[in-house]
Amino acid sequence: MAEHGATAAHPKDYHAAKMGMWLFLFTEILLFGGLFLLYASYRHRFPEAFHAGGQTLDVFLGALNTIVLITSSLTVAMSITALRRGELTRCLWLLGFTIACAGGFMVNKTIEWSAKFHHGLIPGSEHMLGLPQGQSVFYGLYYAMTGLHGVHVVIGATVLAWVMLLIRQGKVTAQDYVVLENAGLYWHIVDLVWIYLFPLFYLIS
Amino acid sequence: MTDKHEAQHEPLSYRFLALVWAGLMALTALTLGAAKVDLGFLNVVAALGIASAKASLVIFFFMHLKYENRLIKGMVLTAFVILAIAIALTFVDVGYRY
Repeated sequence: MAEHGATAAHPKDYHAAKMGMWLFLFTEILLFGGLFLLYASYRHRFPEAFHAGGQTLDVFLGALNTIVLITSSLTVAMSITALRRGELTRCLWLLGFTIACAGGFMVNKTIEWSAKFHHGLIPGSEHMLGLPQGQSVFYGLYYAMTGLHGVHVVIGATVLAWVMLLIRQGKVTAQDYVVLENAGLYWHIVDLVWIYLFPLFYLIS
Repeated sequence: MTDKHEAQHEPLSYRFLALVWAGLMALTALTLGAAKVDLGFLNVVAALGIASAKASLVIFFFMHLKYENRLIKGMVLTAFVILAIAIALTFVDVGYRY
């Protein structure tokens, strides 16, 4: 495979690089999958509390963040096209826009969490642990799942910034673009998780 | 070996990617609308169905899965089948235990 895969056009083994990234993404899917299972089981156990809890979340901010992430997914996909066509400036602008979207997402998340903190819903606090069991579980899962997702947003934006640097240094090019493709795959997984988080927490109530 | 050509499928056009984005936005509007109507249990089915349609758009086009070789397609399918088995078995347990 190596002597065939690593040609002059692809100094790295293109297929192996992509396959490795997908294998890593499977671990991410199963990580969030496990949390979704926990959500589903507890929702079954405490239907009223989950219903009431969902209604306290801000659908507007949730929907806004959905639009932000979907749009950022588009710009990452476009940046790959731009790089492969040799449109470097456009590629860097698209990646910059994506990172700005990640920032916007985190700003919204901060506003959202601050409002919850304001109501005394602080993870691990006496108030939250003192709530009826179902509600305490709902907000616990809300913080754990959106928090873990938020960490992924920050990591994804950092990786994209690093790839921007590699492009500027000429280490990632129109011929050798698999690093950008793999960073893009990671960013799309972040979007994918939010596609399920949004209806499950904000809408079904 | 046709590896070299396989790897270098044409980059997707901006226009096509924008169409996928429009589809995702339309589905987002649909899921917001569906949540406003009280359908009982069907609300959950609708929300997850629409989310899965969006996920498919992202996976097949933004993530290029449609243009990957059979090996990667098979791997992705396997991962999702394993997740589906885990979900199904957990639901059987949770559904009949309480």
